[in-house]
Amino acid sequence: MMLELAAKKNRGNFALDARFELPTPGVVALFGRSGCGKSTVVNVIAGLLDADQGRVVLDDAVLLDTERQINVTPERRRIGYVFQDARLFPHMNVAANLRYAEKRAPAQRYVSFDAVAGMLDLDPLMQRRTHQLSGGERQRVAIGRALLSQPRLLLLDEPLASLDAARREEVLPYLETLRDQLAIPMVYVSHNFDEILRLATYVVLMEAGKTIAQGGVGEMSLNANLRAIIGADSVGAIVDGAALGLDAVSGLMRVQVGSCELKVQPVAAAAGVKLRVQLLARDLIVATREPQHVSVRNVLTGVVRAVTGDDPGSDLVAIDIGETLIMARVTKAATRELGLAPSLPVWVLVKAVSLRAYPRAGWPRCDPGA
Amino acid sequence: MIWLNPSETDALGISLSVAARSVLLSLPPAVLLAWVLTRRRFLGHTLLDALVHLPLVLPPVMVGYLLLLLFGARGPIGAWLERAFGIELVFTRNGAALATAVMAFPLMVRAMRISLENVDRGLEDAARTLGAGALDRFATVTLPLMLPGVLAGAITAFSAALGEFGAVITFVSNIPGETRTLPLALYSALQTPGGDEAAARLAAISFVLGLGGLLLSEWFARKVRRLLGR
Repeated sequence: MMLELAAKKNRGNFALDARFELPTPGVVALFGRSGCGKSTVVNVIAGLLDADQGRVVLDDAVLLDTERQINVTPERRRIGYVFQDARLFPHMNVAANLRYAEKRAPAQRYVSFDAVAGMLDLDPLMQRRTHQLSGGERQRVAIGRALLSQPRLLLLDEPLASLDAARREEVLPYLETLRDQLAIPMVYVSHNFDEILRLATYVVLMEAGKTIAQGGVGEMSLNANLRAIIGADSVGAIVDGAALGLDAVSGLMRVQVGSCELKVQPVAAAAGVKLRVQLLARDLIVATREPQHVSVRNVLTGVVRAVTGDDPGSDLVAIDIGETLIMARVTKAATRELGLAPSLPVWVLVKAVSLRAYPRAGWPRCDPGA
Repeated sequence: MIWLNPSETDALGISLSVAARSVLLSLPPAVLLAWVLTRRRFLGHTLLDALVHLPLVLPPVMVGYLLLLLFGARGPIGAWLERAFGIELVFTRNGAALATAVMAFPLMVRAMRISLENVDRGLEDAARTLGAGALDRFATVTLPLMLPGVLAGAITAFSAALGEFGAVITFVSNIPGETRTLPLALYSALQTPGGDEAAARLAAISFVLGLGGLLLSEWFARKVRRLLGR
């Protein structure tokens, strides 16, 4: 099963040229700076915006093919859309907003009204008018409404962008639940890399209207263009692993990543649950001799693969820790003194307190890293 | 308390009935035109817009005269209406309703357009992604959200219809008990020796009706705004 997109559009001084083809189900994150054309792509997929040239194919359904003059109207595409500003109908209460979608959904349903209400905790909100909802509640209702139209694909255009950090944290778990329980393909637009770390299976990177790179989250976390966008402090390899269980002595969560084991902050995850860990480059320490008598809980062995000048003061060192590539940021002086160069064996140290694990989607098909 | 004599009560009744018919008659085309003028761009848009507004700037007597030419017993539309449906407009209450409807039409369309321009098109897009077709979207999202403008337009048009003089007297004349509305009765009273008292009473009713209409319109608008949480 596939989501295929190709779209070209010229609009004044903005030229869109986007193209990707990714397996479904899975969460495709469209990532890039504000104004790079992410929302335009989503609107083309939804059919709300016409492309000059384009093709949108979801599984077996051709939704748009300008060459063959196929253009299914948005109301028939069966694509759910969660807008940044929620767009709840102000003249209806929450229940009526949800029923609006339910009434117009096709007869064949995969998720019921009660299931959606339960998953998103909407029951206490049903009788409220939309202007009586908080930002986070609005988005939950908007997500529920989109789901009740029984979509084949869910588009989320910066659904958390208008929320503060606390509200965002409040809604994110709901999105994770959705991803894991419904296995509905999603396209998630964001310029916040944290959300992508938490939700995405794939990242499509956009710049100035063009899709410039795409791939799994792990692979893309090392991408140079992506690093330039998220800023030096957020750069870090995202590695996929599986929970091994809590360590009896330390209480830390043990995560199997490739051929090595990481100890991270405790999370509620049974053994075998798929987890994802971000190793921020600035948190990693590189040693050329085996360190002893250190408080650090994670000492990994690896081999340097590459050293890249990242900014005037520091280098990024790519290290293979066994089937997995990670990145450490070190000063140029350290590179010189330690003689860091490709194929040098090294030890990598990272504190367990700076590592957190997040549940990740468990579809084997779309998880080449697993 | 103002006591009215039977002919004055008649005039009040005729006025209300004419105004009500006028609003009912013009409501559907006004909604349609407001939508077309706000949401569609086409060749002749400016011309259509001007045509809708024309009654505001033409002398009412001239509008009455035009109606007479078109809808009179020998006018092209008037003759057809009578032949096909047996509807007579000249010298009738329905004719008075048509004349006031034409005169109040620009006010009605204007109020609706303002309110339609404030309807967030994003909400219509949202309805679209939820599977709502064009008519469905209009009936369930656009129309309810422009309702404040529809109500305001209807009330303004009703009040304006109560006061229309020139177009009515030209098109349907001033027949007591049939087309003699409040302003026409007021005019007749002023023309009659010793009619000052009657004129004052009629003027007072017109004043109260007009003011009441405007207050009602404001009250409605506020109620709807509160309902929508704005």
